[in-house]
Amino acid sequence: FPKQTFSLCCKPFRCRSLPARRKYMRSPLVPEMATQEVQLNETLSHLKTESDTLKTKLEEERAKLHDVELHQVAEKVDGLGQFVMKTRRTLKGHGNKVLCMDWCKDKRRIVSSSQDGKVIVWDAFTTNKEHAVTMPCTWVMACAYAPSGCAVACGGLDNKCSVYPLSLDKNENLAAKKKSVAMHTNYLSACSFTNSDMQILTSSGDGTCALWDVESGQLLQSFHGHAADVLCLDLAPSETGNTFVSGGCDKKANVWDMRSGQCIQSFETHESDINSVRYYPSGDAFASGSDDATCRLYDLRADREVAIYSKESIIFGVSSVDFSLSGRLLFGGYNDYTINVWDVLKGTRVSILFGHENRVSTLRVSPDGTAFCSGSWDHTLRTWA
Amino acid sequence: MSNNSAASSIVVAQKAVKQLRLEASVRRIKVSQAAAELKTFCLQNAHKDPLLTGVPSSDNPFRPPKSCVLL
Repeated sequence: FPKQTFSLCCKPFRCRSLPARRKYMRSPLVPEMATQEVQLNETLSHLKTESDTLKTKLEEERAKLHDVELHQVAEKVDGLGQFVMKTRRTLKGHGNKVLCMDWCKDKRRIVSSSQDGKVIVWDAFTTNKEHAVTMPCTWVMACAYAPSGCAVACGGLDNKCSVYPLSLDKNENLAAKKKSVAMHTNYLSACSFTNSDMQILTSSGDGTCALWDVESGQLLQSFHGHAADVLCLDLAPSETGNTFVSGGCDKKANVWDMRSGQCIQSFETHESDINSVRYYPSGDAFASGSDDATCRLYDLRADREVAIYSKESIIFGVSSVDFSLSGRLLFGGYNDYTINVWDVLKGTRVSILFGHENRVSTLRVSPDGTAFCSGSWDHTLRTWA
Repeated sequence: MSNNSAASSIVVAQKAVKQLRLEASVRRIKVSQAAAELKTFCLQNAHKDPLLTGVPSSDNPFRPPKSCVLL
């Protein structure tokens, strides 16, 4: 990585964006340098003007195609009835705030990580703990299940992403087989396996995302473009190709081409940090949740925001979002301890779920869509159906 | 040294302009068309969505099956 200096501290406490570049203002010592300096300054100001013109043009192009709102298109669609969703299981065992969780493809196992450094694998049907690992760092902010179900990846304040193969022997010490895969220069905020156990995508407080080969630990591609901590990422559903979306403290959501490392689309309508991004099941859109207390839907082919999910009464940030299987429902975990369920098409809230006794920090729908699981700063995870 | 920092600012600005040109050239469709396709996807898949339609307790491993209480 090119070495970059960011004056940022860890997201769990605060987040700041890059300091503004200081204006170049020094008197030249030599006359030739004076003319050079003037030329450089002119070039710089031309570039700035071009940049501003392009930004305006981009907004104009997007606005031209904004002929209708999503909820207007959905006016004739039947409204959703009353939803009865309750906590069906409560997973207790973490000694501190639960920060992240992920489902196994078998639709019943869950991996979760917490502030005290513990990573636990649960059977969500029986609530039994199957594996537990203690990481050498606190604030394990990211964890992910491998597609095969045979390993988990996790990381946080150690700036790394490590992979632990899961042993069938419950007595085996998982920490002994640990493999360090990713190395960032600041905390790890999110990680995800790609379609196989062989590659991992990570995002970090150092402002970058990166793709790694698990076996060799080699960096395959890095993604530069965020101006501050990257807090979340989500891979496009496999049918739609090699892209992923990331969200950060710079209020931007960027869509990346995994092969070239290029940022292909960028969206900046949130008013604060984007804590969570999740693709719509068709891959044509994605939702985001932010500290500005709103969730938003961005359509990739229209290249713009198409819906905002908010209410005046909701003033606390959204930490985590996910869609139901058909994409009709959007679940958001909030810092006011609740989970709000939104009708994606109509833009209205259909349900509010209470139960957690502290912030909801993470939320994922199960692979077959029969339930969703939420993790909270109240040390527990809950499955809802 | 002072020229170096201007030069690096230029490199950064050039990258930003290049990125913006790329983003401006993206092919876009109308929101009405995009929204219609999102709606179609939802409606076509609604019947397969257990959280939307509700699944009978006996089929959903997370819902406890109803049982009789004998007093």
